[in-house]
Amino acid sequence: MRQLIKTDKTIPFMKFRGISWIFSGLLIIASIVSLSVNQLNWGLDFTGGTVIEVGYQQPADLAAVRSTLDAQGFGDAVVQNFGTQEDVLIRLEPREGVKAEDLGNQILQALNQQADGGVEMRRIEFVGPQVGDELTEQGGLAMLVALICILIYIAIRFEYRLALGAVGALAHDVIITLGLFSFLGLEFDLTVLAALLAVIGYSINDTVVVCDRIRENFRKFRKGSSEEIINGAITDTMSRTVITSLTTVLVLFALFFLGGQLIHGFATALLFGVFIGTYSSIYVASSLAFKLGISREDLMPPEVEKEGEDLEPML
Amino acid sequence: MLNKFPLWKNLMVIVILAVAAVYALPNLYGEDYAIQVSPTRTAVVDMTTLGEVEDVLAEQNIVPKSVTLEDQQLLVRVNSDREQLQARDAILRALGTDYIVALNLAPATPEWLQSLGASPMKLGLDLRGGVHFLMEVDMGEAMRKIQDQMRDTVRTDLREERIRYRSVNRMGNDVVITARSAEDFEAALDFIDGRYQGFEIIEDETDLSLTLRMTEDKIKETQDYAISQNVTILRNRVNELGVAEPVVQRQGAERIVVQLPGVQDTARAKEILGATATLEFRMVDQENSLRDAELGRVPFGSELYPNRNGGNILLKEDVILTGDHIVNANSGMDENNRPQVSITLDGAGGDKMSIATRDNIGKPMATLFIEFKATGERDQNGKIVFERRAEVINVATIQGRFGSSFRITGIDSMQEAQNLSLLLRAGALIAPIQIVEERTVGPSLGQENIDMGMQAIIWGFILVLVFMVAYYRKFGLVANTALAANLILIVGVMSMIPGATLTLPGMAGIVLTVGMAVDANVLIFERIREELRNGRSPQQAIHHGYDSALSTIADANITTLIAAVILFAVGTGPVKGFAVTLAIGILTSMFTAIIGTRAVINAIWGGKRIDKLSV
Repeated sequence: MRQLIKTDKTIPFMKFRGISWIFSGLLIIASIVSLSVNQLNWGLDFTGGTVIEVGYQQPADLAAVRSTLDAQGFGDAVVQNFGTQEDVLIRLEPREGVKAEDLGNQILQALNQQADGGVEMRRIEFVGPQVGDELTEQGGLAMLVALICILIYIAIRFEYRLALGAVGALAHDVIITLGLFSFLGLEFDLTVLAALLAVIGYSINDTVVVCDRIRENFRKFRKGSSEEIINGAITDTMSRTVITSLTTVLVLFALFFLGGQLIHGFATALLFGVFIGTYSSIYVASSLAFKLGISREDLMPPEVEKEGEDLEPML
Repeated sequence: MLNKFPLWKNLMVIVILAVAAVYALPNLYGEDYAIQVSPTRTAVVDMTTLGEVEDVLAEQNIVPKSVTLEDQQLLVRVNSDREQLQARDAILRALGTDYIVALNLAPATPEWLQSLGASPMKLGLDLRGGVHFLMEVDMGEAMRKIQDQMRDTVRTDLREERIRYRSVNRMGNDVVITARSAEDFEAALDFIDGRYQGFEIIEDETDLSLTLRMTEDKIKETQDYAISQNVTILRNRVNELGVAEPVVQRQGAERIVVQLPGVQDTARAKEILGATATLEFRMVDQENSLRDAELGRVPFGSELYPNRNGGNILLKEDVILTGDHIVNANSGMDENNRPQVSITLDGAGGDKMSIATRDNIGKPMATLFIEFKATGERDQNGKIVFERRAEVINVATIQGRFGSSFRITGIDSMQEAQNLSLLLRAGALIAPIQIVEERTVGPSLGQENIDMGMQAIIWGFILVLVFMVAYYRKFGLVANTALAANLILIVGVMSMIPGATLTLPGMAGIVLTVGMAVDANVLIFERIREELRNGRSPQQAIHHGYDSALSTIADANITTLIAAVILFAVGTGPVKGFAVTLAIGILTSMFTAIIGTRAVINAIWGGKRIDKLSV
């Protein structure tokens, strides 16, 4: 048997929980600071505006593109390469007065004149400001609703302290991933929001496995302190946690390197989210539940007295 | 016996996989370049059309793969995109404007699969290329219009009843009547009480005012009407664009989604969708000769227009009424069970109509429909050239003096009455629309997205396969079989569900599922190893491993499913696609990882004496 992690001895995870508290606390504070100072680089989906992606046959001359746009009165346009040298992405803020839905075609025409044709329209996206505002609202709401639904489900299936621990871990993951996006200035668009919800899904998956084992071990071993039980549960599930993270990271690498520019943000958010989610399901969820004072009594199966239990079964 | 599946369980696994495989199969066949011919309002597509098209193709030396007639639609499959364009142009030239000739990609699903109802997955616009518009109906404008009409009606009615008023005005979304005296106030109240459906009255005796306010129901009705009117008109215009599988759909309270797969020229699409249509009522010129006019001697004060039902009609130049006075037009049956269209005008329109019809009883009146159609050509500034196209859609004899509501009878068929009422309404959009979101993807980018998505899926799949075999040996192979089966199941289910669309984030969802699907097997196998370490026999270990991992797997997956469902509810377009593949992937992976692998493991190791497990 090849084993990634030797599990003969219980690893005293909870011993280091002080360090993990400090580590997580610092990360969260750093994220919040970054979010309030740098803020998020909101993508087109949320801010509204116009994005035009064009393809040239040869490496594009960005300076020429900029001056053409400048001449047309689009001086505020952001021009950059997208993925390859030949691809150019032009982004415009929503503007007053101009019929925004015509903007894309106007710019395409101007570029075509400058380059004597040979400019291929790859993508035009226009989002009205009102749509963007709604999306921001809906996105935040979705996140909250997801967290609450998961909280309720785990509270019913397990116990409220574990549920709080699990949801605390999820909020931890979301805040830190958002912090990373804000710190690196990566664009936050709709696919990243989707990735964030997938991170929630992934991380809760991990956490549930650990919680499940904590409950099982509490019931199985009548002796031992809560700390020992939790350490044991994390150790038992450790190799599974690592292997699943590994396979997920493998496919995410495939997505990151081969999936193309359009889902780069998506892959980045998930990759980072999987790392942080793995860490949080080991440390944050269980140490939160521990801090909240989870004990054996909380996880014992409720005693049910079945009617007629002591009667002889009739055959 | 331990670890033996009953026959029915094995059969169930095999049957489910076989069904999924059959429905996934059409995705392997790809698509044919095709041209789709469908009729417009007046034309029919039948065997004659089919013959004509075949002749045209023969002339062009194009040998089609097939030409089929189905549901009033002709589908011509050809061998290359070059032939497709050539054939489209030739067919368009030969058939004229009565037909919609659209480029299409038709799935090349073999007949035996088609007969099972199997078809490939639908691709989202980000993979297929095309235009997505989200349009918003200006509800404020719709309300304003309705209230303006209401104000005019109230003024006319009060005047007719000789009830004096100081003013009748629209204030915000209300119509406010101010009476001159207490008696007039009472009289007005008496008169309007219960007279106007959908309006409630708020009295204020201190300043002698009566406020007419729309009820919630009336507001909702007005909104629904404004939306459905716009949807109808957009459908008509989209047909003109010659798009193979357009989508025009209401979304929420005041939005409409338009999706045009394969359309590249968004400028043209926007111009056509935004084109205006108007309507005019005019008297028919009976004094002058139609024949002379047709020969070019059109008399002063008259104009010659084509009739939709063939021939020409000479009309007076003076316009009695324009279409923006029409409040509503509905088709129905008259007392003799003949089709009719009843029309409601606003107050001002009613006045005009009343004056015009007073002097013209017994004379024919024509309805002229004017549309601005894009010709597809551009002038030197690159602007689309529009053609004003006007045709007479109806001629009816004025039977008596009428006011704000009247009807047109003597229509040949119910179908025609419906068309007429639709056109009458089209001439009077009560609320303008505005594009609030556009997403256009070029064809090469669409194909690139497909290629990159496939690459990511294949490599992700291979990496996981290699890892699982290296780590779990024979059991790893079993998990890999389950993973492959899972992919087939996802594709099969996606192809089976009519509403499911594959998008680029959807492909990312499949990749993610591949990575996460093995999780269930990892859980089980780790359990089995643990049980072995604890000294259980291999058979016992398998049994307990599966049993104790089950509830963990279920809990973990249900919570992920919650996230997927919320994503589906909130997301739009591509993101919805991600939620769909993620949710389907979670469900199918639970089946393959728990039941599928168990079936294989039971079949190989179950019920035998074994000392060692390759896990």
